[in-house]
Amino acid sequence: MALSDELVLTQPVENAAARRRGRRWRAAGYLAMLLAVLVIGLPVYWTLIAAFKTSAEIYGPPTWFPQTPTLANFPAAWNAAPFGRFYLNSFITTLGGMGLEVFFAVTSAYALAFLRFPRKDLVFLLLLAALMVPVEITIVPNYLTIARLGWINTYAGIIIPGAAIAYGTFLLRQAFLALPYEVIEAARVDGAGHIRTLVSIVIPMAQPAIVTMALLSLVAKWNDFLWPLIVTNTENMRTLPIGIYWLRNSEGTINWGVVMAGSLFLIIPVMIVFLFVQRYIVEGIATGAVKG
Amino acid sequence: MASLQQRIRSTPARRWGEWLLFVALIGPNLLLFGIFTYWPLIYNGYLSFVRWNFLRPVKPFVWFDNYLNVFSSRLFWEIVLNTLVFTVWSVGLTLVLGLALALLINQPLRYRNAARATLFSPVVMSGAVVAVVWSYIFDPRYGLIDQLLGLVGLNSPDWLGTTEWAMPAVIMVYVWKNLGYAVVIYLAGLQGIPRELYDAALVDGAGPWARFRHVTLPGLSPVAFFLSVTSVLATFQAFDIIKVLTDGGPVTATTTLIFYLYELGFVTYDAGKAGVVAVVLFLIMLVLTLIQVRYLERRVSYG
Repeated sequence: MALSDELVLTQPVENAAARRRGRRWRAAGYLAMLLAVLVIGLPVYWTLIAAFKTSAEIYGPPTWFPQTPTLANFPAAWNAAPFGRFYLNSFITTLGGMGLEVFFAVTSAYALAFLRFPRKDLVFLLLLAALMVPVEITIVPNYLTIARLGWINTYAGIIIPGAAIAYGTFLLRQAFLALPYEVIEAARVDGAGHIRTLVSIVIPMAQPAIVTMALLSLVAKWNDFLWPLIVTNTENMRTLPIGIYWLRNSEGTINWGVVMAGSLFLIIPVMIVFLFVQRYIVEGIATGAVKG
Repeated sequence: MASLQQRIRSTPARRWGEWLLFVALIGPNLLLFGIFTYWPLIYNGYLSFVRWNFLRPVKPFVWFDNYLNVFSSRLFWEIVLNTLVFTVWSVGLTLVLGLALALLINQPLRYRNAARATLFSPVVMSGAVVAVVWSYIFDPRYGLIDQLLGLVGLNSPDWLGTTEWAMPAVIMVYVWKNLGYAVVIYLAGLQGIPRELYDAALVDGAGPWARFRHVTLPGLSPVAFFLSVTSVLATFQAFDIIKVLTDGGPVTATTTLIFYLYELGFVTYDAGKAGVVAVVLFLIMLVLTLIQVRYLERRVSYG
């Protein structure tokens, strides 16, 4: 982002008074920014320090730093519920769900972008129309369907109902259509079949769009709450968000340190991934809104 | 696309092969949508006309009894009002605060990328865990808010335990979590406003306020429109924060339509009423989405 240089160049600096005014504005800007960061960051900081506080400190007079830092909350949280199992469940359902979504989005987008089919526009519409049905209103019928399939408390039951993808298909179709057409055409003329073209030409060239879509899917699956809550009822099948919810229900108010340590089990992996891929996620979200 | 289709000779066998491939590639995706998206719509409609508790083998058809029961109950209208209050406050605060923060971060200040990342980070966090963390922050005796109020000699209200404070608490957490999304969208919009417009305004002698009024705001209006529709849709779907923070209570103070649907389906086991609420929610959101899709279509055709 070289935006700061641009702005300085376009701002005519007329005289010393204007410069002083500019400096005052800038100071106010930093102050406002600091305030915003504090409001967003303080709750996270509060969680973090609570996880390192002893019970006596949490339930004593307020402190902004752990006075006698302890790591005891982490094993306590880990033992209060089968968190190893929760991690495994979350990894399986997240990776499985994301994998299926990416696969369906790539194959559907390729079909819509490059293959002929009678009334293809209607097929596309049928897919897009699914965007208008929020998953939340399908919970009762889908629960009945999953129960009839005998999939309550199974990974398939958690993953499959959310595996179809409309928005990602839409995004990837746009990305595929924007690829340099000559390259795809050349591969086809050279005798490459559709699957070859898809795997060795289209996917590598559209990689940034696919990665962005995969990351958005990853975050959504990892954080999913309503559906796994409904479709599981044994402790062993809970994913991390559900596990932490139950941990709060059993330990909250009497043992905040343990609950906050448990929350960090979920927040920390997300934050680490987020640090590295922040740009992709932010751009992916902004693309959907501004560029369509 | 036409050029490839014309250049590669099309024999009937090849065309059939291509149709088959098309079905194979898109079929599984569509099949799942059929089972888990379109079928539930029909089934919700059916459920709204029967009386059923999920267990009894028979589902007597009761015509519009469920609709009459729902629409004539005070509880339902209370819940509609809760949903409206939650939506209007959440969306209003998100749009206004998001704009202010986006304008701030759009300034040539140092650390603004770090600030943007911080503001955005709650968006990628689990709503359930955010709500768990905030239930500690709201703890009337040991929470962060009580500590901060203590600095100025005030006592914290019992946020989650009293009907007056529970809804403000839910709104606060919801805005805290989703503000970063609005900031990012606004920033993308701000960067899409042509620089020449500002230059022209400067040449015309427009001050900062005039530039904001006549260049920034009109330039942002399409983005603000998109944001308001998606935010309203998102609040209608907000479940995890409410479930974890207040469980719809105290009493029904924070029960919104989506939470009511969950309760009817999975707590009180009233399939008929759940069907009615699902149908109502679907119709409301369908209208909103159609507005949004029209807007998206226009953007796509421009690009």
